[in-house]
Amino acid sequence: MPEQLEGSVAVARTVARCRPQVVCAYPITPQTHIVEGLSVLVREGSLAPCEFVNVESEFAALSVAIGASATGARTYTATASQGLLYMAEALYNASGLGLPIVMTVANRAIGAPINIWNDHSDSMSQRDCGWLQLFAEDNQQAVDLHVQAFRIAEELSVPVMVCMDGFVLTHAYEQVELPTQEQVDAFVPLYQPRQVLDPQAPITIGAMVGPEAFTEVRYLAHETQLRALEVIPRIGAEYAEVTGRPGGALVSAYNMTDADIVVVAMGSVLGTLKDTVDELAADGTQVGVVGITTYRPFPAAAVRAALADAARVVVLERAISPGVGGPLTADVRGALAGLSTEIVTVVAGLGGRAITRPSLRAMLLEAGRGALDLLTFLDLDLPQIQRAQLTGAGR
Amino acid sequence: MPLALFAEGEADDGRSLMYEVRLHGRGGQGAVTAAELLSVAAFDGGGWAQAFPSFGSERTGAPVAAFCRMDDRPIRLREPVLNPNALLILDATLLHLDGVFAGLRPDGIVLINSARQPDELGLGDLTGRHPDVTVTTLDASAIARRHLGRPLPNGVMLGGFAALSDTVSIEGVLQALRERFRGSTGESNACAAQEAYDTVRLTREATVDA
Repeated sequence: MPEQLEGSVAVARTVARCRPQVVCAYPITPQTHIVEGLSVLVREGSLAPCEFVNVESEFAALSVAIGASATGARTYTATASQGLLYMAEALYNASGLGLPIVMTVANRAIGAPINIWNDHSDSMSQRDCGWLQLFAEDNQQAVDLHVQAFRIAEELSVPVMVCMDGFVLTHAYEQVELPTQEQVDAFVPLYQPRQVLDPQAPITIGAMVGPEAFTEVRYLAHETQLRALEVIPRIGAEYAEVTGRPGGALVSAYNMTDADIVVVAMGSVLGTLKDTVDELAADGTQVGVVGITTYRPFPAAAVRAALADAARVVVLERAISPGVGGPLTADVRGALAGLSTEIVTVVAGLGGRAITRPSLRAMLLEAGRGALDLLTFLDLDLPQIQRAQLTGAGR
Repeated sequence: MPLALFAEGEADDGRSLMYEVRLHGRGGQGAVTAAELLSVAAFDGGGWAQAFPSFGSERTGAPVAAFCRMDDRPIRLREPVLNPNALLILDATLLHLDGVFAGLRPDGIVLINSARQPDELGLGDLTGRHPDVTVTTLDASAIARRHLGRPLPNGVMLGGFAALSDTVSIEGVLQALRERFRGSTGESNACAAQEAYDTVRLTREATVDA
């Protein structure tokens, strides 16, 4: 039954239906409503059996999650921004140990200067930590991806981040249909851990590995990630069967017929992009939209197939790699290696800067004329930059 | 001082049924909650709705904007409301702030929390240039003080809005308030919103008669 819910509430209630046995998180804006919601569900007994562990930091939150998951408990946490960075060391441990933890990242910028608003700098900074990264376009997809994330994580024994845009999605009220408890129970069976830490039968995990085997360990991790490219669409199809809603995919495509220009993006900006290309289509300009739902592992073959007929590709980046440009562009460029496709980067919406239809429209029309530089910052306030340079603040 | 930056000759974007509301208030007045409740009322009325806050400072007293879109189909757009059909201004001290009237549609409606009459608010520039804009005032703080014991104008303004627009019904607003604030708080909020609705309806009828 559709409900009008805040994104965070929808995610909290959905995660609860996945029956995590341990939830451990440290509050940070804009993720806080999610773990607050879960803490209430645990306290009132509607999520049981489940232990909600209060900790003093994100490092501790993920460390507790690692310990819980290693004992065989289905484990969930959530964070954002500096919180994710504070987890960084433990992130690698979770993936290295093959622990199927599911974590929501309420995407937020990273300071300094401090900024609590949305972009993708946080999860992007941890793109190589061995976790899967799934990006939600709207709150319905955020809900659906969380349920699938538990299945994917437990089938592959890898941790999964479900990334949803902070505030834009976490704080948005919109219509969402939660999967029922029966549907989730049918779709996500009880967790059968591959191995467990048990005092009665002690084992060592994560022990020292030297040069003789470390490459092989990493090779296997890479292979597991590549297997996810098969597992994610299969589990997505099963999810669609159970719920009647689209399951998670590697990429999505919109308005691709006769589109010479295709814009590639991740997350909630896809909605605004689709409205923009509809307007452009009404004026006779066809622009396609390819959404990256699965960012890690990067679905290079699917991206290449989706973009095969595009003459020009605009990669809309919600993060920046200073001195390089866009991190997503590098992956798209790799996927299109050997093709003559023109690829440009547009960095947009950093630190909560609104991405509007008029700006996207002007940018896409420029892209159609081949007039975009290799790297463009959408709506860049040049006078502000000149003032900063004059006062030395830009140095 | 240019009071408004209007959306002149706005092209029909093919989604003309979408109705957009922008709420302006100060931190603590509940503008974000009001946007959320408006979306719940619109959803309960059978439509699609989306509410979200603006991305500015989060301090008590600082200017805050919140947004609500309503449509007869799913809403994908995530940009802030740039061309509102309606403006709900929860604090009259914001009236002369840059951007409050920005993008208002030429036939837009404006509801202002104020004890004064619209023509006493120095908005002659706005209404003179754009005769199809409707400005209505409602002493929402006073109504709230009577029913809630404190001047919290957000739910009251929604009652007033229901009288000005057929996008949500007063019943929908009352239900959303009662769901959000359980028990006597919800009841007081509903009574306040009902009084606002009745007051604005009387004001409108008087205006039409005149």
